[in-house]
Amino acid sequence: MAHLTAIPVVEPRQDRTMILNMGPQHPSTHGVLRVILEIDGENVVRIMPDIGYLHTGIEKTCEAKFYQQVVPLTDRIDYLCPLTNNLCYALAVEKLLGLEIPPKAQWMRVLLNELTRINSHLVWLGTHALDIGAMSVFLYCFREREDILRLFEMISGQRMMTSYFRIGGLALEPPLGFFKRAGDFANRFPEKVDEYENLLTSNPIWGMRTKGVARITAEDAIALGASGPTLRGSGVDFDLRRDMPYSGYENFKFKVPISQDGDVFARYICRVQEMRESIAIVHQALNGMPEGPIKADAPKVVLPDREKMKTQMEALIYHFKIITEGFTVPAGEVYQAVESPRGEMGYYVVSDGTAKPYRVHMRAACLANLQLLEKMCVGRLIADVVAAIGSIDIVLGEIDR
Amino acid sequence: MPSVPAITDLEQLKDHPALALLLAWNPAAVQSAKYDRDEITICVDRCYVRDVCVLLMDDKNCPFNFLADVTCVDWYPSEPRFEIVYHLLSIAQRERVRLKVRLESASPMVESVTSVWPAANFFEREVFDLFGIRFTGHPYLRRLMMPEDWEGHPLRKDYPVEGYR
Repeated sequence: MAHLTAIPVVEPRQDRTMILNMGPQHPSTHGVLRVILEIDGENVVRIMPDIGYLHTGIEKTCEAKFYQQVVPLTDRIDYLCPLTNNLCYALAVEKLLGLEIPPKAQWMRVLLNELTRINSHLVWLGTHALDIGAMSVFLYCFREREDILRLFEMISGQRMMTSYFRIGGLALEPPLGFFKRAGDFANRFPEKVDEYENLLTSNPIWGMRTKGVARITAEDAIALGASGPTLRGSGVDFDLRRDMPYSGYENFKFKVPISQDGDVFARYICRVQEMRESIAIVHQALNGMPEGPIKADAPKVVLPDREKMKTQMEALIYHFKIITEGFTVPAGEVYQAVESPRGEMGYYVVSDGTAKPYRVHMRAACLANLQLLEKMCVGRLIADVVAAIGSIDIVLGEIDR
Repeated sequence: MPSVPAITDLEQLKDHPALALLLAWNPAAVQSAKYDRDEITICVDRCYVRDVCVLLMDDKNCPFNFLADVTCVDWYPSEPRFEIVYHLLSIAQRERVRLKVRLESASPMVESVTSVWPAANFFEREVFDLFGIRFTGHPYLRRLMMPEDWEGHPLRKDYPVEGYR
């Protein structure tokens, strides 16, 4: 046990305060976040998030894989929005390669990304409400989430770890009946959002637990690197989808919900409104879905169709070469950022001209957002800490990587 | 594949707002610059990194008020071995700029930018943890991901991906 002495012990700074350990197995910390609280009675004096319990060394693993083998790893970073991760990585490598992606693949990516956003927000809403004490919302949210997961299963064969966006396009042609089912879901979903709002928005208990709690100003949010709904809840009108569009988002019309209050309720309203806007984007994507190929015309990078491999020698050779020795990527570096459900997700990919990435770094939105916790919670009650953690929508897989 | 060659000539790039500002302030601070794949990278001398950040953040026309990311690339065994990479974003102007600081393996040390953007706190701790770069002036430079008593810095290139250390 000698090695344990190296671990520092947090001591209370005053006589009347005590140290309280919360997590890493606490149900309200959404995974394995550990928070060390210094409390004076019920009041929080100091708060120190301790992370790393889910560190899996994905960035290191990426350096030992071919470019195409990294795609399944990206699913596992943020397991609530795997497709957003797939997209961000694919876009980064495509930028390094200089690949043009066909319009149908781009629209499919937008469509699935918005479904992923709704999926992630549903998990957030359910668990956040559960943390604060509204049990039933959780059941409603997971009912609709199941529909989205079935759509993902239909399209990729996987409910969660989809790996559906590949470098150069999509993995598979969307199956027959997918668009109709996605359309049905999109038609049905807005009234479900009304249902959630009926349960929460005007609920006085919900209001008491969230309004004016864990307030953060726009200046603090920017200085601490917050992004996504956490930033927009403080009144900063910035959304990467609209302001620095990628993957064809410039073709879609949608509003970016913001709120000026900067409290837990403001972040809640932003996310709920975002779900409605996402549905609007899903409708646009379904109505305007272009025809055409789903993969870029780059035989050295994109795997050939199974059919072609049986009839064309070239396709078979390229398939063999991509699988066994990967494809080389011109030397260089790119930083690609996308708007994930949690904020700015960025992939910084460095290539040294070989078939394996020299370095892959993920900019995790939650890691930066987690830094807000201190500003949000100091001087407030322990119960508000739970509300604050829920309101920044953390996913520990992404924080720890 | 269509690829536009990178521009590395300072003369051609001097119209970029961030670079123009830095060159007007102190040409000695800028070691080199590169425009590649629609992204600008400015290499900064390590003595000036904090001043450069303050300057870019307070820029009137294009304030780079948002620190998106800090990370590091290990170019072992070549020297200078480490590249600290800062990604800055101007929320008002929707502009990005990448700053780079090169460090020799003998003294992997650079001034912290936590006093400019508090957001750098976790990012720099992560780089310290996984690469062993010391950030002078950081308020709480401790390991972030790995256990406190871990030996070595896993993302360094001389650290094996699998097997025993």
